[in-house]
Amino acid sequence: MKYAYYPGCSLESTGKEYDISVRAAAESLGLELVELEDWNCCGATSAHSLDNHLALTLPARNLGIAEKTGLDVTAPCAACYNRMKTAEKALKGDPKLRAEINKETGKDYEGNAAVYSLLEVFAGDEMKKRIAERVTLKLEGLKVACYYGCLLTRPAKVTGYDRYEDPQNMDEIMSLIGAEPVDWYFKTECCGASFGVARASTVERLTAKIIEDARANGADCVVTACPLCMTNLEMRQGELNMPIFYFTELLALALGSEGIQKCFASHLVDVNSALDKVMR
Amino acid sequence: MARIGVFVCHCGTNIAKSVDVERVAEAAKSFPHVKFAVDYKYMCSEPGQNIIKEAVKEHKLDRIVVASCSPRLHEPTFQKCAESAGLNPYMVEMANLREQCSWVHDKTEETTEKAIDLVKMAVAKVAKDAPLTRGEIPVTKRALVIGGGIAGIEAALTIADCGYEVVLVERTPSIGGHMAMYDKTFPTLDCSACILTPKMVDCAADPRIELRTYSEVEKVEGFVGNFDVTIRQRAKSVDKTKCTGCGACLEKCPSKGIPSEFDAGMGTRCSIYRPFPQAVPNVPVIDRETCKMFKEGKCGVCSKICPTGAIDYTQEDVVTTEKFGAIVVATGFDLWDHKLCGEYGYGRYPDVITSLQYERLMNASGPTGGKIKRPSDGKEPKNIVFICCVGSRDAEHGFTYCSKVCCMYIAKQAILTKDKIHDSESHVFYMDIRSNGKGYEEFIGMATCNCGTNYMRGRVSKLYPKGDKIVVKGNDTLIGKPVEIEADLVVLATGMQPVHDSVDLARKLGVSTDKYGWLTEAHPKLKPVSMLTDGIYLAGACRYPADIPDTVAQAAGAAGKVAGLFAKDSIKSEPMIAYIDQNSCAACGLCVSVCPFGAIEIEDVKDKRGNVIKQAARVNEGVCKGCGTCAASCRSLSARLRGFEGSQILNEIEALAE
Repeated sequence: MKYAYYPGCSLESTGKEYDISVRAAAESLGLELVELEDWNCCGATSAHSLDNHLALTLPARNLGIAEKTGLDVTAPCAACYNRMKTAEKALKGDPKLRAEINKETGKDYEGNAAVYSLLEVFAGDEMKKRIAERVTLKLEGLKVACYYGCLLTRPAKVTGYDRYEDPQNMDEIMSLIGAEPVDWYFKTECCGASFGVARASTVERLTAKIIEDARANGADCVVTACPLCMTNLEMRQGELNMPIFYFTELLALALGSEGIQKCFASHLVDVNSALDKVMR
Repeated sequence: MARIGVFVCHCGTNIAKSVDVERVAEAAKSFPHVKFAVDYKYMCSEPGQNIIKEAVKEHKLDRIVVASCSPRLHEPTFQKCAESAGLNPYMVEMANLREQCSWVHDKTEETTEKAIDLVKMAVAKVAKDAPLTRGEIPVTKRALVIGGGIAGIEAALTIADCGYEVVLVERTPSIGGHMAMYDKTFPTLDCSACILTPKMVDCAADPRIELRTYSEVEKVEGFVGNFDVTIRQRAKSVDKTKCTGCGACLEKCPSKGIPSEFDAGMGTRCSIYRPFPQAVPNVPVIDRETCKMFKEGKCGVCSKICPTGAIDYTQEDVVTTEKFGAIVVATGFDLWDHKLCGEYGYGRYPDVITSLQYERLMNASGPTGGKIKRPSDGKEPKNIVFICCVGSRDAEHGFTYCSKVCCMYIAKQAILTKDKIHDSESHVFYMDIRSNGKGYEEFIGMATCNCGTNYMRGRVSKLYPKGDKIVVKGNDTLIGKPVEIEADLVVLATGMQPVHDSVDLARKLGVSTDKYGWLTEAHPKLKPVSMLTDGIYLAGACRYPADIPDTVAQAAGAAGKVAGLFAKDSIKSEPMIAYIDQNSCAACGLCVSVCPFGAIEIEDVKDKRGNVIKQAARVNEGVCKGCGTCAASCRSLSARLRGFEGSQILNEIEALAE
């Protein structure tokens, strides 16, 4: 199993724990991730708010680099994934546009490298089999609210999810490592995304609703697959004290990856209340 | 020698705006055999037709070319005109200067040149026209109505009232259709059952109407006046001649708790059942999928309890083929499945129901006896949210069209909710209010002003449970603010869609459907209850969403068409159809396989003494529509089309190539 890996900007800064845990989980599962050479920003959110052409060109350059590796590419960040997938769809179906953009990027993207979210990669049949086989610490007793956010599953025309309002693949991974995914209703609600900077009060309201619904349905923690969701859920939840994890952190923990503990220490919301349930 | 007249129409300004019609008429005078040519503002009008008739007389014309619009619009008009002038009606050719010239080109020199060419071709063709005569087809004066909802019932009653026999085929165990499920009807709030059940009883009582419930049409062959229809009567497992409808079996059946189709899943039934107490016929059927006797081979309770010995587990399906002169299709609609919509919970929340389910909760004959109780805990809801356009006008999840009836029934349900639960509050999320029927706008006023229903223009983005409430997240676009309502019950106005197997039925009937699966009428304005296949008519919501008034009007219209057909002992057949030259036909069968109407078959050709000498194709003249596919595909030129013979087409092409 081998994928080209596009970490994106946030995994080098606010989302460092995501990057560490992705690599740790991948290593435990024998998944080889080859980081793209000389990758650039995917453009979110600024590019597609202002210039549609630029919003396709930026990820197209990364796709061109991925294509050269001969591998399909995975992006852990939901926004990076969404922008790359949008570009893939647009360029695959339009040879004229593809030629034009390839000229601008100086890369040859012919639509061969496909984009997958990290969730899709870890929830593939072979990966699920390996997860089941290699779990060393079953997270039994931990109730998790799997939070997908807006961009991982939507728009369905781009992502290909059939139940995009009630996705299941993160829930499946959590079940495999012994955690108990709760049935809740804010799985795909928006956390407020980049409004976290410009209008913090709006994001505080949205985040509180997400966490309240998770708690009302019995969750000990919220699990996310997006660095910006993590930032908002942790920074804007006020005094709600809800631990938030990257799904890869729990996965790495269950697989016995070394060094994952240091990720937990750098969370803004104390995660020990959740970890105590499984670390006896 | 042919004597041809050419009549060029301005069609008001439709043709004259981009074609120099005077020049076309002038040019036509120089074409071979043309003895007279003239232009006029409206050739189809009475003065226009008089010009034709007088010219025929004065110039002793024996054939004419009318250069105007599409033959689909006015060929019959000018054929009649020619006939009344003493010509054979098939000595008329149309040059389509409107659809094929003036409408699609600007006013240029070339446009007029093209018009002249079109006329020239028509002149060349008409010169080779031969008189054709219409044949006679006998008519079987017995009608088949498919579908026993209000459309089928109304059509059957009307046809019977005109004195003709009708067979009414219905798939479920009772006639009545969706209308029997409704509580009250807009805009008059009269009880649906009170106005429908007498008609159902009339159907059963009328000696000219034969009810075939629990039956389906399997095959349709033949043509107008002479359809051969195969009907499968599914085994009811109850002998209708012995059953008195006492209902004892229904009480004792041990297989209970099966979701009732009639209650839209809000109530239950047992394995032997009639959909509702007022069912017509009032004879139960055994659902063999769930019956213990059929599943496990033992039980027999209903048989033991039946006082008249009417239960018959050995009954089998009966398949019959019968003759009909006309068919009315009235197969109605299905509701869109909101389980497809994740925003509304993929059907996971028990207190999010469809409007049809709500109809059953309000109905006195429904599972709650007309008391509104929500499905999850049986509590009376106080805060009810109605969401319009669920599936309708929604290309993302459902379809782009408007289901037409939802605005009105939501208003009705809001009014009835207020009537049944005085201290309730109803909220309606809508896109537009479409209330364009007699008394409809006033009815909406009743819901908004008199009953205080809270109408909000906007869509709902999400429903989710919170405690024992359903939170409705929407948007009020008129005040520009998001809205959140904690509702006890949410009612979805799920749109109407074609019956799941409408395309199969259309295939059996040899008729067409649109991209959604609605049956296609012959003309959207002028032939709304006819289909392109003669002798087949349609009514109600199998064509497109329709409310009860529209459905009844269409059903009466379709029945009128049937009665008009049956008023004649025979009908004229169209002579412009295919025929086979059996001398040259090699019976290869290509025409049989390409004919879209199944009009051609291979037969034995016999000599005078009755010996079979060869095989050859033969066209069933009643079925052939004259499409010409066989003529175009025949390798030995044996399949030909009257009115479009090879010599005529070649003459046209030669005229164009000159």
